[in-house]
Amino acid sequence: MTISDLTHSSVDPVSPKINWARVDEADHFAETVKLYRQGKYDEDSFRRFRLQHGAYGTRMTSDYAMVRVKLPAGEIYPKQFEKLSKLSEQYSIGSAHFSTRENIQLHWVILEDVSEIFRSLAEVGLTSREACGNSVRNVMCSPLSGVCCDEKFDSTPYALATAKFFLRNPMAQSLPRKFKFNFTCCEKHGMVRMVDVGLIPEIRQVDGSEQKGFKIFLGGGLGNKSFVGHQLEDFTPEEDLLYTSIAVMRIFDRLGDRKNLARNRMRYLVNDMGWEKFQNLVLKERAIVRATQSVVTRLKVDTTPSKITRPLKISDETGGSAPDGYARWLKTNTVKQKQSDYRSVFITLEAGDITSNQLSVLADLIREFSSEGKARTGFVQNVALRYVHEDDLIPLYSKLLQSGLAKSGALTMTTPVGCSGTTSCNLALTNSHRLAKEIQRKFLELKLDDDDDLADSSIKISGCPNSCGQHGIATIGFFGGGGRNGKDMYANYQMSLGGRFDGETMLGQTCLRVPAKRVIPVILKIIELFKENKKSDDTLKSWIHRIVNNSEDSAVKSINDIKKILEPLIIPPNKDDDPDFYLDYGSDTSYHTKTGKGECAA
Amino acid sequence: MTQSVKITSDVDSVRSEIRDNSIRVIDVRREGDYKQDHIPNSVNLPLATLLSDDSPENVLKLVNSMGIDDETPVVVYDDTFGALASRVAWTLEWIGHSNVTLLETTYGNWKSLGLENDSKIPDVSKKDHSLNLQSDILATSDYLESAKSREDVILIDNRERLNYLEQHIPGAISLPYRTLASDDKILRSKEDMKRLLGNRGVSGNSEIITYCGSVGTLSGLAYYALKSAELPNAKLYVRSFKEWKNLQKPTIKQEDANYWDLSAE
Repeated sequence: MTISDLTHSSVDPVSPKINWARVDEADHFAETVKLYRQGKYDEDSFRRFRLQHGAYGTRMTSDYAMVRVKLPAGEIYPKQFEKLSKLSEQYSIGSAHFSTRENIQLHWVILEDVSEIFRSLAEVGLTSREACGNSVRNVMCSPLSGVCCDEKFDSTPYALATAKFFLRNPMAQSLPRKFKFNFTCCEKHGMVRMVDVGLIPEIRQVDGSEQKGFKIFLGGGLGNKSFVGHQLEDFTPEEDLLYTSIAVMRIFDRLGDRKNLARNRMRYLVNDMGWEKFQNLVLKERAIVRATQSVVTRLKVDTTPSKITRPLKISDETGGSAPDGYARWLKTNTVKQKQSDYRSVFITLEAGDITSNQLSVLADLIREFSSEGKARTGFVQNVALRYVHEDDLIPLYSKLLQSGLAKSGALTMTTPVGCSGTTSCNLALTNSHRLAKEIQRKFLELKLDDDDDLADSSIKISGCPNSCGQHGIATIGFFGGGGRNGKDMYANYQMSLGGRFDGETMLGQTCLRVPAKRVIPVILKIIELFKENKKSDDTLKSWIHRIVNNSEDSAVKSINDIKKILEPLIIPPNKDDDPDFYLDYGSDTSYHTKTGKGECAA
Repeated sequence: MTQSVKITSDVDSVRSEIRDNSIRVIDVRREGDYKQDHIPNSVNLPLATLLSDDSPENVLKLVNSMGIDDETPVVVYDDTFGALASRVAWTLEWIGHSNVTLLETTYGNWKSLGLENDSKIPDVSKKDHSLNLQSDILATSDYLESAKSREDVILIDNRERLNYLEQHIPGAISLPYRTLASDDKILRSKEDMKRLLGNRGVSGNSEIITYCGSVGTLSGLAYYALKSAELPNAKLYVRSFKEWKNLQKPTIKQEDANYWDLSAE
């Protein structure tokens, strides 16, 4: 008898259906790192190799990497949470980070330890393969797919099948640039027009029977220059999903710009060529793909429904009185599902950060409260527990309180998105990550999450113009840069207004530059203006939407009107009067811009 | 050349050796915890008691009072992932006791497996241990300062990554103590440990010095991790970073990044 025989591991009722990992990639990675350190592997080839395996560079150092773990369709299981919790303690800084694309990132990992992480991830079926580099990045799916009241059908199985098809697929190993798929549930919970390929499930009637398919949007994307995607055709039947995906990738592979790193995403190709031409090419290419398959290639879509079993409760915790803050949390963090008696519960994080302890708490909470036995990551650096029975909400809230995960406002403007910024990114000019947290703390203190007028608006912040923080589609968006007052520099953000990512997706319009330490007062001023001028059923989002579309008739009619009112707020003070103004959030030394080489394009 | 040294004792052999009364088991938890329950027949040496005076003479006194002579096989355990036990085991080694191992798991895990424990305090007759100081497993600050510039010396910081990023001894590599354990044991298997250390360039005949935050517990565990991977030339900088800083010796930090922000408070 050994101790391992004695240790009984808990058996989860639901375990991952798909193993994304290959453990031999860990050995290969370790060997390659050794060769690289011995100088037997040139810098560029090594960088490509490293990125292909999901290890991204770290700000101003080659000793560390960030490992980006993919969660295809956002699905994550209790054992996987536990593993990530452990890995964050062992190889990272005791915390992990949820991205906006359903990845979980471990930062400050020593390059030589990355292979150990791969090995451990393989034990729970996870991989970071093709999470970076010029490949098909994590295939996303709405966290509400399968439970959304407005969806035509659950697109999750299609997202998983697409991810499976392209992972390690030779056709996707050396694209001109990264390539992204987003599946969603409905228009409202979208993000489909801001990505290379966006898909909304759709059903049409053919000869009296229902046919499943998708509305497919192509060529969108956020970045230094952002574009809104175009709908390919009214309806793409499900059997054409894979052929369409292959056709689009083939065209991109063939015609995409491989020279100009700044313009090699597919959206530039679409924009340069013009949509109609691109659309025709795709339709023709699809016909060729369909006709020239030597064997029938199709997606292996597993539509077996998830088993929904409400976890047994040992003690009866129902009927207790609700702790303080419960009503506010219920309103701002939960969504009623189409399945009666169930809700999806969104966990509020701060700019996607989570401690290793909280990760393991989430594993326990899934087991205790989710009737589907797994969780879903979302579009805004968060995570959702779904299939929580109405009667279990109070006990769940109490548990969340104990572990610092019960903050309200998850689904409101008070939880901004902030990319990692100068905390770890080579390209960053400002600490967007910390700014997002500062806004959240202040706004929760002011109870703005409870204000229904603000609920459907969003704040998104990037630390540079490259849009990882998705500022372009925010109601109020910011991207970082440097400002100067005489010889003194300070962190400064370009603010845009009126972006949205739903059925009426549009990019925000530039308003003015706001110093980091004036961002909070400026947003509060905008809210004040809105309150003074709103119509009775307005939300901040609808009011700003009218302004950017020149259809507002109150005293504040245009972006320029807003700009004029805000201008007095952004004047840099004298350094001696207000030295704090010249420090970026999270920094105690004077501000200067400093960047290294980006890696997205490598 | 490298001989396989036994670093940990498995649960099964410890249980049978307790039954045979052929070993001395030391529980290094606090006295109160020990009194509540412990592995049968184990004696208590709280780490704090040892640290209050860890001069060779006093350690010898403590060892004698626990009924340990030069030939007594000793097994040490704690409930702190092996770090406190390691510090005690290392101290025994330092005064010249060669037959000391760590229990392969923690007391908490021992209990959760349903293994025997009681609250009886054993009668121990005093023994007489010789003093044969093993100075080569100890690194002092002066020693470290001169050694760390040598090519064949590797300095390992076993604190958490965040502590390391904020401040560390120049030239040290970061190997957080959490990386050393496996799911159910205080140390990884030999093969796993060799691979982990090998990837980090910790291999061969280099002299390896470990340190941690203050009293050499986390780095004590690392000292045994190295030995378990058949790297015998290890030393413990037992006064660790706390002393180094108090002596105002040079430290460095990771520049140009606000990494602390990613660690949610």
